[in-house]
Amino acid sequence: MSLEPQELSDLKSKIGREPTSTELQIIAAEWSEHCSYKSSKKHLKMLPMTGPLVIKEKGYDSGVLDVGDGYVVTAHIESHNHPSAVEPYGGAATGVGGVIRDILSAGTRPIAIFDGLRFGNIEKDQHARWLFKNAVTGVADYGNCLGIPTIGGEVEFDDCYQNYALVDVAAIGFGKKESLIKNHVKKGDLVVLLGGSTGRDGIGGSQFASDSLESEDRSAVQIPDPFIEKLIIEAILEARNQKLIHAMKDLGGGGLSCAVSETADALDVGIEMDVEKVHTRESDMHPDEIMISESQERMLVITSKTKLKKLQAICKKFHIGCSVIGHVKSDNQMHVKKGKETFANLPTDVVANATLLDLPSKKPPYLETIEKERKLKPITDYSKLMIKLFASPNIASKIWVYGQYDHEVGIRTVTKPGHDASVLRLDNGKYLSAKIDGNPKHCYINPREGAIGCFEEACRNVVCTGAKPIGMLDHLQFGSPKDPEIFWTFLESLKGLTDFAKFFEIPCVGGKVSLYNETPAGPIKPTPIIGVLGLIDKKPSVPQKILNNDCLVIIGDTKDELGGSEYFEYVHKFIGGKCPVVDFEDSKKNMFSVLKVIGDRLVKSVHDCSKGGLAIAVSEICMTNNIGCKVHLDAVPGEKLPVDRILFSESHSRYLLALERKNLKRLENILKKNRVSFKEIGEFGGDKIQFVDSAKSIVDLSVERSQKIWLNSLKNLVLHS
Amino acid sequence: MMKVGVVVFPGSNCDRDMHHVLSDVFNLDAQYYWHEKSLPKSIDAVILPGGFSYGDRLRAGVIAAHSPIIKDIQKMAQKGTPILGVCNGFQILVEAGLLPGVLLKNESLNFMCEWTNLIVENNTTPFTNQFKLHDKIPIPIANGEGRYYADDDMLKKLKKKNQIVFRYDKVINGSSDRIAGVCNEDGNVVGMMPHPERAVESEINPVDNKPSSIIFESLLTKIGVHN
Repeated sequence: MSLEPQELSDLKSKIGREPTSTELQIIAAEWSEHCSYKSSKKHLKMLPMTGPLVIKEKGYDSGVLDVGDGYVVTAHIESHNHPSAVEPYGGAATGVGGVIRDILSAGTRPIAIFDGLRFGNIEKDQHARWLFKNAVTGVADYGNCLGIPTIGGEVEFDDCYQNYALVDVAAIGFGKKESLIKNHVKKGDLVVLLGGSTGRDGIGGSQFASDSLESEDRSAVQIPDPFIEKLIIEAILEARNQKLIHAMKDLGGGGLSCAVSETADALDVGIEMDVEKVHTRESDMHPDEIMISESQERMLVITSKTKLKKLQAICKKFHIGCSVIGHVKSDNQMHVKKGKETFANLPTDVVANATLLDLPSKKPPYLETIEKERKLKPITDYSKLMIKLFASPNIASKIWVYGQYDHEVGIRTVTKPGHDASVLRLDNGKYLSAKIDGNPKHCYINPREGAIGCFEEACRNVVCTGAKPIGMLDHLQFGSPKDPEIFWTFLESLKGLTDFAKFFEIPCVGGKVSLYNETPAGPIKPTPIIGVLGLIDKKPSVPQKILNNDCLVIIGDTKDELGGSEYFEYVHKFIGGKCPVVDFEDSKKNMFSVLKVIGDRLVKSVHDCSKGGLAIAVSEICMTNNIGCKVHLDAVPGEKLPVDRILFSESHSRYLLALERKNLKRLENILKKNRVSFKEIGEFGGDKIQFVDSAKSIVDLSVERSQKIWLNSLKNLVLHS
Repeated sequence: MMKVGVVVFPGSNCDRDMHHVLSDVFNLDAQYYWHEKSLPKSIDAVILPGGFSYGDRLRAGVIAAHSPIIKDIQKMAQKGTPILGVCNGFQILVEAGLLPGVLLKNESLNFMCEWTNLIVENNTTPFTNQFKLHDKIPIPIANGEGRYYADDDMLKKLKKKNQIVFRYDKVINGSSDRIAGVCNEDGNVVGMMPHPERAVESEINPVDNKPSSIIFESLLTKIGVHN
């Protein structure tokens, strides 16, 4: 159990007596970092969380955005890092299950999944390969079985995740505004536990996730059952259609303890429940175990006595468990009984509100020297280097991953995975674009600018599809907050995200904090993951097929900021230098200009420039469109730089536009008017990826050969090395 | 108006997609039928959609093949009613003995979701009668157990009785003779692994939505003749 001595004495003074063992278990689960956000909560308030499209309702586990015509989109992000590091298949699968239930609990149908996966060095480490392979299968098996398309994500490898795994899952839901669960309950309403049975799996999982992995407690990992989850989704949506649900919450971290206390606290009521009524998969479970079990695929539903029969009939149709475990009271107490005997009776505000911490922070000393560059070995053959990069795990195509995910089911996927952001069609004729991005290499060098960069990159990706960003999700993953230096990096990232969100008026609609991500070799690099949702009002006009003689225009300056780039880290094995910094004004200008030229249908395709820089971004366009391109590095806007820096700088706010030559003049006029830095830098055609500097050939590669390596290397690495 | 039944098993997950295509794209009267219900005699065609009935436990389709509704489907199959099984629906029809062969795990042992091409090998079924022989259909697959297997004797028989309806245009998952879809001897029961319902709308089809639409247009023609 993870209660600190101070917390124990707080609890005693709040309730004025010794707590029972069940109360201690409930409090330990609910006051864990995972459930209570006790280290971060005070600071998270700085993020802007309201906006014209944001719908707020008490007790929602996901963010809700109004997308017009009576429809809403819901979104949420979660991670399942600790379990996935121990048992990657089950950890990743239950990670999907958890976030899907968050979407469901608002009363919306889940329509898309995104996964962000991070592991150690898969080229060297067999364990990292094992974690990667099984986490992918876990996401695939769960999402595919549910029939919810996994339409996007990212995969990254870094030595800082050695013997560890970050598994982030975001989900999107869609529904009618009028069908949203209102979360209004009355005294006497019934509390129903619906879905899978409660067992001993996942006992104390949230406490397990609130500590470093040193004391591996394997029984804390939950067991996935996507079939039950699918039945729950259909049963809940049928119950929603019949208006049988007064309030609803999913059972996640902290199990019943958390769901019951948080529901009661959020709705300002009391709940009395009987553990004997809970349907269990083992006969001799102690009340303590029942209260903190994190068995999956369970939902807490509050309904009225008159509606119960209909709810039971639905559960019977789907053959899922449905137990009335208690009822709503007006006393604001969480009262847990077994038959007539009381095992816990606590004020809900005590349970649901841990004492928040004000942890000290201190700038880590490594940051004073990290920006200094070291002399690098000169590159003699850039074509050879490019081939090496195409095959590198971070740059290689992730088709081996998303090819295992059903990304078509639901028949909404207009833009499929493998592009900048995926696009879904909505029932009101609008389109939703979404992407998640992270960049621990940048964040390690500069936690503030790195985090802003992740945010801007996710926005860029969404903008490349023609969508205007309307909301963001943040997932802040760091090491132990008790280390002031780590906590400083957390605060810096959070402040950066807040500044960007406010400047662009993009509300944070959901988020999660995951701390204590520590490996035997130390804390992970700061790893904020940002998800951005964007809306397109009419049918997207990009991407279209690129043909011979189409021209390539770059928007945005290329700067000397290669710290944390793949070029420095993968090629030169150097961690350091200045990481890219987002200029807010330029970012805004560039973003809105791209949206304008897409809206005016002047471009065929837009691709953002990120990992691997201009060299990789142009190559990706060539490889996905099966066409060559000749790029003039001397024409690239920005300060005068050596060719390697122009090729591989990961400066933000840059977009690559492919367009027919006849539209070039109109495009230039708009960009000039908007005072955007841009230049035509190349022309498509032939079957080669070529970069030249003045007249000198720098890179000359066959598209076909590049494609082969880029598409197959990740699969070969996982299966054959 | 022509009535089409969409059978829903616990874990079906392409039922809503199929229903949308039948009713919103082809203006048919599509109705869901829960696996414990019976099918009305007045129905013109039955479709078993894709998904993970019973979570693919034991083997894809094997538990659903014992659902109460299967008896009705068997009767309709004998009567000559057009019946189409897509993906998990195909697996269920095979497990129920309505179609020959078996479906095994893909050669990669992974779930595969990708766009591929089908070649029409039999244009006499209710779902292919508007195709020309060897027409090409761009279409997505999404399955883990999609490798059609038939031993040599059965393959010979399938060819002889013209029961191979679709082949992939290249080897993708190790299917016997690149088979992607088959029919029963009478030709009225067709099973296919790829998903036509994901390919008939241009907005979500990156290649060409017309060929896969012909699968549904064939059905319309077939029933139109009956009426």
